Amino acid sequence: MAAAPESSAEYIKHHLTNLTFGHTEHGWGFAHSAAEAAEMGFWSINVDSMLFSFVLGALFLWGFRKAAKTATAGVPGAWQNFVEWVVEFIDESVRGSFTGKSALVAPLALTIFIWIFLMNLMDLIPVDWLPWVAGALGVGHLKVVASTDPNVTFGMSLTVFALVLYYSFKFKGAGGFFGELAFQPFPKFLAPLNLILEGVTLIAKPVSLSLRLFGNMYAGEMIFILIALMYGGGLLLGTFGGLLQLGWAIFHILIITLQAFIFMTLTIVYLDMASQEHH
Amino acid sequence: MNFNATLIGQSITFMVFVWFCMRFVWPPIMSALTQRKEKIAEGLAAADRGRHEQELAQKKAAEKLHEAKQQAAEIISRAEKRAAEIIEESKNDAREEGERLIAAAQAEISQEMNRARETLRGKVVEIATAGAGRILKRELDATANDELIKDLVAQI
Repeated sequence: MAAAPESSAEYIKHHLTNLTFGHTEHGWGFAHSAAEAAEMGFWSINVDSMLFSFVLGALFLWGFRKAAKTATAGVPGAWQNFVEWVVEFIDESVRGSFTGKSALVAPLALTIFIWIFLMNLMDLIPVDWLPWVAGALGVGHLKVVASTDPNVTFGMSLTVFALVLYYSFKFKGAGGFFGELAFQPFPKFLAPLNLILEGVTLIAKPVSLSLRLFGNMYAGEMIFILIALMYGGGLLLGTFGGLLQLGWAIFHILIITLQAFIFMTLTIVYLDMASQEHH
Repeated sequence: MNFNATLIGQSITFMVFVWFCMRFVWPPIMSALTQRKEKIAEGLAAADRGRHEQELAQKKAAEKLHEAKQQAAEIISRAEKRAAEIIEESKNDAREEGERLIAAAQAEISQEMNRARETLRGKVVEIATAGAGRILKRELDATANDELIKDLVAQI
């Protein structure tokens, strides 16, 4: 699956373009290029990202629901054992970081961790396989790794941010929340300066949360694509590329797990900070 | 990197998934885990209790064994004592019996002796009378001399 008919730049660009559905001057349809997708404006949708994220999320819920339905206090089966292991791990993380009491935080953390992990895991599938299948089915573009789509990562981090705001208002009240933003770190008469500083800190939370995940996965995907380019460079370069891909994939297993874990942990920490009185 | 409605779609999907997880996935697993924890704690407690009971039973058994041994020893010693007593008694009996037999034999012997003496005495009288009769053949009145001879005989 080399980049024989197209140039390297086109190959890379092709791999980094989402399958976007939206309204063009010719009516509703799929975008044929990144530029066309950009022209569609906000009211278009990345079908591939939505599809993969939804299917993987549903897969997670289906698998865990299956274990939950048959969960007994007796001797657990292999799958139930695995699920319990994950759930206990998440539960411990939440207990360790989140000091308040909430029925939402632990399931939220579980969903984030497994879902992001599964989306990241798609990165380990050789970059050309699924796009090639899609191409054979007549679909022009297909981005397999949903977490390399900033829409997806921002969608999650903004939801988390909404929760942070909700928790802040719920536990501190509007006044308490405002006080936290305006009356520190400097004395009260410097409130505007404080507001700017703390406002930036607040906004930085969802932005850094999503950009970290997006950046890591995007860079990882890019390296896979670059390695895949080497397959077009003859036997020697191709073999070398194969070794590189293997090495990078093994290393990437660490990254995808780590990124999922960081997203989850930071979510817990942000929610904990939101639900705590500091002063 | 262009933002579009995927952002909203992803957010909604995320919320629905979290809600589903919170409603249908997390609670049953957690409750199963808590139940198992309780069950394990119960099992451990039961095992502890069992071990304690076993220890008690062992102690009791050892005590019983000790008691039985003591009793057996007591019985044996009593039996030995009794046996010694019986032996002693039979020895005494035997000695007494022997003595009695000896006494009886001696009595018989002396009786025999008396009888023999009587007989002898009779014979001696006869012989003496016969002898005397022969010696004093004619003159002597048998009846007058009888008294004399009886006196003589009694002196033997």
